[in-house]
Amino acid sequence: MTKADIVRLIAQDSGLTKTDTTAVVDGFIEAVIDALERGEHIEIRGFGTFKVVERAARTGRNPRTGAEVKITSRKAPVFKASRELRGRVENGKKRGDNKNALWPEEKAA
Amino acid sequence: MTKADIAHQIAQATGLTQTDTAAAVDGFIEAVSMALEQGEHVEIRGFGTFKVVERAARKGRNPRAGTRIDIPPRKAPTFKPSREIRDRINRDRQHPG
Repeated sequence: MTKADIVRLIAQDSGLTKTDTTAVVDGFIEAVIDALERGEHIEIRGFGTFKVVERAARTGRNPRTGAEVKITSRKAPVFKASRELRGRVENGKKRGDNKNALWPEEKAA
Repeated sequence: MTKADIAHQIAQATGLTQTDTAAAVDGFIEAVSMALEQGEHVEIRGFGTFKVVERAARKGRNPRAGTRIDIPPRKAPTFKPSREIRDRINRDRQHPG
């Protein structure tokens, strides 16, 4: 599934145009990245939290040559899925299982 | 920062109503969640990929009682950030890559 697929689903369900939907989805992604760049964390209830963690410097190895390389400390964006999302994934629904599905094609299936 | 903050910011930037913006943001989150629930992965260019990975079964320990427990295999939602976002987050560093 790609951003285009998601935009199509949202536009179908909400009645918004694809242009407006794309603007919101792009705005959302950009807002998350901006916040991470500032070192802030973003909590999306029922979905998860994005935050930046510090990775310590370490010595790595070039897998091709076997030479040791110093890897400097760096920041890494991480996502921690909410308990709710982890539960949904663990129970893995098939298309059509969800009576409360947001998407019409889900309800119909 | 929360979803409400983001929706507010997007509404101002796009001129869309808060209601429409919130609906689309909720739709985005629900679409990603639903795809993961179905075991699909979601690739967002320039941001990253959400996918489900299998965690192997392992032996654990109840930290309170100290008893050994079997932890069954499970599926876990993960996010792999794109190189672009990893670079942007390290932009202030001398040698990010």
